[in-house]
Amino acid sequence: MLRFLVRRLIVALLVAATVMTLAFIMTRLSGDLAISIAGPNATQADVEAVRKAYGLDRPLVTQFFDWAGRAMTGDLGESYFFKSRVSALIGERMPVTLTLGLSGLVIALVVSLPLGILAAVRENTAFDRGVQFVTLFGQAMPSFWLGLLLMILFGLKLGWLPISGTESWDGYVLPAIVLAFSAIPALTRLTRAGMIQAMGSDYIRTARAKGLSRASIILKHALRNAAIPVVAIAAVQLGFMLGGSIVIEQIFALHGVGFLAWESIAKNDFPVVQSVVLVLAVIYIGLTTLADLMNAVLDPRLRGA
Amino acid sequence: MSMALSSAAPRRGWRSAATWLGAAIVGVAAFCAVFAPLLVPHDPFAQDLGKRLLVPFWMEGSDPQHLLGTDQLGRDYLSRLIWGCRISMLIGVTVSIVSGLIGITLGVLGGFLGGRVDDAVLFAITTRLSLPVVLVALAVVGLLGSSMTLLLLTLGLLLWDRFAVVARSTTLQVRNLDYVAAAWCAGCSRFRILTREVLPNIASHLVVVATLEIALAILLEATLSFLGLGVPPPLPSWGLMIAEAKDYMFFSPWVIMIPGVALFVLVLGINLLGDGLRDQFGARSDP
Repeated sequence: MLRFLVRRLIVALLVAATVMTLAFIMTRLSGDLAISIAGPNATQADVEAVRKAYGLDRPLVTQFFDWAGRAMTGDLGESYFFKSRVSALIGERMPVTLTLGLSGLVIALVVSLPLGILAAVRENTAFDRGVQFVTLFGQAMPSFWLGLLLMILFGLKLGWLPISGTESWDGYVLPAIVLAFSAIPALTRLTRAGMIQAMGSDYIRTARAKGLSRASIILKHALRNAAIPVVAIAAVQLGFMLGGSIVIEQIFALHGVGFLAWESIAKNDFPVVQSVVLVLAVIYIGLTTLADLMNAVLDPRLRGA
Repeated sequence: MSMALSSAAPRRGWRSAATWLGAAIVGVAAFCAVFAPLLVPHDPFAQDLGKRLLVPFWMEGSDPQHLLGTDQLGRDYLSRLIWGCRISMLIGVTVSIVSGLIGITLGVLGGFLGGRVDDAVLFAITTRLSLPVVLVALAVVGLLGSSMTLLLLTLGLLLWDRFAVVARSTTLQVRNLDYVAAAWCAGCSRFRILTREVLPNIASHLVVVATLEIALAILLEATLSFLGLGVPPPLPSWGLMIAEAKDYMFFSPWVIMIPGVALFVLVLGINLLGDGLRDQFGARSDP
């Protein structure tokens, strides 16, 4: 178990280091950053000054190790546009994105767990087919379009909910629903598949032979085993949702980390862009590692892998 | 086994109807994409400021010249929709080819060679999955300036993970089968075994992935274009059409309905076709 744990953590650290390198390379792709920071009306001397001030005249390798070294200690540099610490900016905006992501995940689980379980229990009935059709619909629905449609319906026609901002809790309702919608198809499909597999296994046959009630078989025996992959997938989905929330934050004008990244991309504020990519990737790596470890604790058969 | 067969039987009718529906949608979209220049009733780029935001045919006061109305610059909506289909299909297919080349190469090599190579491939997949796709694509296009080629390359370099996962797992299964062993015994080279024995036998799984990947690429392109960092204007991408129409959606909701429905129907069609193909090949590439 300890060996598995150490191995898994080393891989996670290596992935994080690679992501760090990629995020750095990504922002350097555009060529001379000093020119884009100095702006369109800058003279040669201005560009030179910017280059000196931000240390862009140093070799790329030096710049990278300088940035990476500071990033490990939590210092992500300074934003050119906002004129403040990147870590402070991200820390300020993170609660909005986390609230959105977690409420989206809760909504997605509340919808897809019962749907997946019922579809599996009633495999090949009209209900099961209906659920499969709903997941297909959900997969094809562009989330930004769904967001706009819900804004028209609930914001304008019915006037129930605000269409932007987070002054009060109800500003999160529509964005969380849209975000949940993107995770529901995958979660439902996997819950259904896991339950079908569990329902066909030997221990369920034994439980049936013992004469246990149907409810007890489904809830106590099958669900417990089907829950293992669902927990892992839920963690992974939360990672995807945090990464994908940029679209929804932009539509609903929620000032979270995604919105911050969107603003920074428009302003060529590359220290913020590379840091947001890094932070979101590290959260994802943390979540997947946690899911793997949790799986290993719940299901000892997986530890060898 | 017999249980599985009998339970699959009653689904076939419904399933095959859905597959045919998907195939029909994809067929129409492919036709529109290829023959767009001949099909458009008007020039999709021609502006007519005297005819701004004309309503589509099902609403009062529509212009029979413009069946689906016009946009905020007086451009014919139907023509832009057809041209947008061409762009969506072009992006979907090209991105799928680029990401397929990367993903299949990595996956097959990892699965076939095993050992250190496989570890490296798994590591690459894990790293790729930890990058937030939309954010990275936005950042690259935003920092380098939006162009079609850049968009195709960026999405191609980001979407190869599913190809790699499926190619790797199917290669692992095929590698240990008797006919591969027979080829080894017959003295075939590694390259010949890979291209003649392994690839043809995992191809059906890869076709399914390719279909679903086209749908994913189309959705992503629309999302990026909607955020203003995808296909550059004045090209009529469906995502861009929705973005440009957004300011008018509260007064005339049809301006976002028309391109949105087109996008939804096309992606649904591709997914229906992909699911149907998966059933046909008896493959389960769901993770």
